Amino acid sequence: MENKRKYVIPGDVVTSGPFRPEQNVILDGNKIISTTIGISEIYDDSVRVIPLTGKYIPKINDLVIGKVLSHTSLSWELDINSCYVGFLPAQDVFGRDFSAHADELTSKLKTGDLVAARIANFDRTRDPLVTISDRDLGKIDSGDLVKISPSKVPRLIGKRGTMIQTIEMATNAAITIGQNGWVVVSCESPEGLLKAKKAIQMVDEKAHVANLTDQVKEMLESKGES
Amino acid sequence: MGGRDATMVLLDENGIRCDGRKVDEPRRIMIKAGGLKNADGSAYIEFGDNKILVGVFGPRDVHPKHMSDTDTGILRVRYHMEPFSVGERKNPAPSRREIEISKVIKEALEPAVMLEKFPRTAVDVFIEVLQADGGTRCAALSAASVALADAGIPMRDMVAACAAGKVADTVILDVNNEEDQAGQADMPIGYMPSLEKVTLLQLDGVLTPEEYKKCVEVGINGCKIVYDLQKKALNDKYFGNGEK
Repeated sequence: MENKRKYVIPGDVVTSGPFRPEQNVILDGNKIISTTIGISEIYDDSVRVIPLTGKYIPKINDLVIGKVLSHTSLSWELDINSCYVGFLPAQDVFGRDFSAHADELTSKLKTGDLVAARIANFDRTRDPLVTISDRDLGKIDSGDLVKISPSKVPRLIGKRGTMIQTIEMATNAAITIGQNGWVVVSCESPEGLLKAKKAIQMVDEKAHVANLTDQVKEMLESKGES
Repeated sequence: MGGRDATMVLLDENGIRCDGRKVDEPRRIMIKAGGLKNADGSAYIEFGDNKILVGVFGPRDVHPKHMSDTDTGILRVRYHMEPFSVGERKNPAPSRREIEISKVIKEALEPAVMLEKFPRTAVDVFIEVLQADGGTRCAALSAASVALADAGIPMRDMVAACAAGKVADTVILDVNNEEDQAGQADMPIGYMPSLEKVTLLQLDGVLTPEEYKKCVEVGINGCKIVYDLQKKALNDKYFGNGEK
């Protein structure tokens, strides 16, 4: 699979022949054409392009980091770094006996708060519905927010989480990655925090470079132990 | 724009044009992807003496809300010439011509951009002509598709554009300002080279059917030259320091 990767831009013919077009490719006759700037991959019989740019498009079950934009008496609106705003109903936080009269939404989440949320439902007709009622979800109290390009999130996680494990092990930081490109880093030691943030930014800048994990490892191990 | 020079020779006996080019030679073209930090995607093009900057935003919320479409995203294009882009100060308010070119470029980009993936959103394309020298719509269209690709908006293909025309009864590639003013025909063409589809075709002037066919052919060849440069611009930005 490694040998069939190549850099493509919109209009480039990735391959031709009996392949199944998957993400970010279209079929034109028997040619498979990329629709975005990215790296093409051919697996068995399917072809896809991993994008290097672009906005976050919500997908059901994605973990995202959101920022509270505003609220009505029934729900919050979250900025999830997408072209759509996340919709967080109050029942999700207060439970089913939520009453618009008795409960004050700002007591739980205020404008500007960061939350880890999951996309509960999304289709093209409505704004994404998010939920925070699950373990590991909810308001984020501490940590630093790092913004990277959403298309580079898979790179930051790495194959089976190798990249993120590398960074976490070397710095002792706890890293929460939102699929929308927002990442929260928290760490006891300031040096570890700085290093982890630097590593994340490095992945963002050099996402297209091969064997990046080794480069990141090298950077983390250089200048002093954490 | 520039006054007409009655003594100017548009095409001499050796087949050399007023700016020293051959009949099938485009002007010097330079395209750069990126450059604007605050835009989601951007591009800068120098097409001869044309200098054009394009910024793309989106997909993003549509304002005013009533413009949004529940089935698909919408594309909005603003072509604007700076007051200093031409010899005599141009009023910065949108002119009839700029409104028309905005519409024409929008319609030339629409077949390429897959807006149906982003219902209820808008993609905004802002084109600023810093310096104009004939053929700005083609240069602007070429730069706009690079900027759209830079913004990561899915596209079936990039739109490359180049003009063909007729001066001194000869079909020429890439009409400049003098040739546009004094020539016999000007035909801007927008073309998607991978899909082999034309998205823009205008004609100002009179051509015989044979000349028309020749013009389209020459223009499409010009588009292919532009297309290679568009690809190079994007490759330079995204894979410039890559190892593979």
